[in-house]
Amino acid sequence: MTEQTMPAVTAADAPAGASGRERAFGLIQRHGAAAVLVLLVAIGSFAFERFPTGDNFGNIAITSSFLATVALGMTFVIITGGIDLSVGSVFALGGVLAAYGVRWGSLAALLLPLAVCGAFGLAQGLLIARVRLAPFIVTLAGLLAARGLLLSISHEGAKTYLIPHGALLARVGQGSVFGLGYPVYLTVALFVVGAVVLQRTRFGQCVYAIGGSEDAAELMGVPVTRTKVLVYVLSGLLAGLAGALNAARLSSGVTILGTGMELDVIAAVVIGGTLLTGGAGSVSGTIAGVLLLGVIQNLINQIGDLSSSYQQVVSGAFLAAVVVVQTYLSRVQRLR
Amino acid sequence: MTDMADRTGTAEPAAPASRLDRGRILAWLQDYGVYAAIAALIVINIAITPRFLSVENLRTQLVQVAPVVIVSLGMALVIGTEGVDLSVGSVMALATALIPLYLGYGVVPAVLAALLGGVAVGLVNGSLVAFVGVQPIVATLALFVGGRGIALVVAGGQLKDVYDPDLLNLGSSSLIGIPLPVLVAAVLTVVVMAVVRRTTFGRRLVAIGGNRTASELSGLPVRRILLLVYVVSGLLAATAGVLATARLQASDPSSLGLLMELSAITAVVVGGTPLTGGRVRVLGTVAGALLIQLVRATLIKHDLADSLAQMVQAVIILAAVYAARGAGRR
Repeated sequence: MTEQTMPAVTAADAPAGASGRERAFGLIQRHGAAAVLVLLVAIGSFAFERFPTGDNFGNIAITSSFLATVALGMTFVIITGGIDLSVGSVFALGGVLAAYGVRWGSLAALLLPLAVCGAFGLAQGLLIARVRLAPFIVTLAGLLAARGLLLSISHEGAKTYLIPHGALLARVGQGSVFGLGYPVYLTVALFVVGAVVLQRTRFGQCVYAIGGSEDAAELMGVPVTRTKVLVYVLSGLLAGLAGALNAARLSSGVTILGTGMELDVIAAVVIGGTLLTGGAGSVSGTIAGVLLLGVIQNLINQIGDLSSSYQQVVSGAFLAAVVVVQTYLSRVQRLR
Repeated sequence: MTDMADRTGTAEPAAPASRLDRGRILAWLQDYGVYAAIAALIVINIAITPRFLSVENLRTQLVQVAPVVIVSLGMALVIGTEGVDLSVGSVMALATALIPLYLGYGVVPAVLAALLGGVAVGLVNGSLVAFVGVQPIVATLALFVGGRGIALVVAGGQLKDVYDPDLLNLGSSSLIGIPLPVLVAAVLTVVVMAVVRRTTFGRRLVAIGGNRTASELSGLPVRRILLLVYVVSGLLAATAGVLATARLQASDPSSLGLLMELSAITAVVVGGTPLTGGRVRVLGTVAGALLIQLVRATLIKHDLADSLAQMVQAVIILAAVYAARGAGRR
């Protein structure tokens, strides 16, 4: 699908010559996901009359918002050249902690998961940045540890804590204005803040610098250790927050959530044009990647007689197409 | 930050005797820690677990761990080339989904179809990594997501019971007292070990993991070898899928092989194969798989919960990479 949009963009920029072509490649890399998203929404709107309704878009937005919040943290991590496999477990842990903590009030129910998941991210960040263990392995261990912690809180998954309907937290998770749930607005706000932090602050510049070349960044005086630790704390916090909000929406801390979520999140970030090698990527690409996965799922549901298994097939094929195009594009750019 | 730079800056060139000793201990731990841990656990279990040494118990444990061992062997080869294969669990699902479709033609065509499914996935992974130049983690992520989807589409999203007596034999019969899945795992271990140690393919694979550019410059067929490694990984994962299907007497593509990629990576890393490639420890990998199984079984036998088992597993992984890192610094 990305290939289809490619000729159009190249043709438009062709008169500018070689540098124009290079610019076009850069554009595809950064905005390819958004372009395909627009295309898919347009096709979907013509093909299915139940697709372009406010209710349906609201539905896509709320189901995507939790994945998006987790993906925001993952974007920061991946831009530094790292990876966080623990987010699915931490997401589930956040939900269970929120439902567990609601007995002390809604504020505690929100602060408890943030504190625990933030601390969890801190521990992982210290192991990665200070002790210098591979992020892949540390967060793999984190995936198991968070799941273990969750099971020990929920009596081995036998106890599901509920969030009473009257609780403020439940209202935050379930309420909506203008057809969009509160979590959607929160996610949008987080992404705006995330974009500003990444593009306009010193911290954001450090994140890019580390991903570009950690050694060079260190020599230039970038606080490498601190930045890397912070990035994993951020990822833990956002995963915990998303889990808590999701629990609020479902009125319970479901223990089996989030299994395999880390790979969906990574897929969304990669589709959004962030390179797993680090040093390049954007928050806006990530939101496009998340929405793209959400729209694909929704469209497949619209077709109706197709089983939902097709969603995985399409997402996988799409991911493969994206990485092939991305690899090709970055190779062309490197050759210049 | 600066204190970090200072510390590493002064500590490394000086390399005082104590550090060297520590490095040596960690290196020993990386190489033999798994075996020591297994030995310790066995001794503890003999002391505290009733009927631990009983034949049925050993059989159950080994049959349970056999698919993990088989998948981990392929994973060890892939990691030896500085890659990773996230799609192994989905390959198991695909294999189990293909079996009932072809069981009507007999057991052999059904098993062949399942194995071919694994080879096909391996070809796609390998082509993406070797010829397109995609990072292994992303390349195999695509089929991790898509592979299970394909399996579910093939199976119509249903769990199917498998009745074929020949196939069930594969899962439950034994030869000279050893259950067939265990025997298959043992034979494959020996084969993979021989391949790594005695064949040019094995040496080249390790060379590529050690330094890909140098291997390319010295004229090794890097791409072909990488392709083959992913095919082997797919084939082994499919084999594990077939054996698991035979043992469970059912084809359930929605759950078979879930989280298998993580177990396999854990086994490989705990077994002392570095994620940075250039080294493949086959026996260590098998020991890694056994260790994790043993930990889990020990905790469960004593009614210590699954939650604790997972946390202990996390600690083992971290200890293993810590030892590897310390050893590498020497």
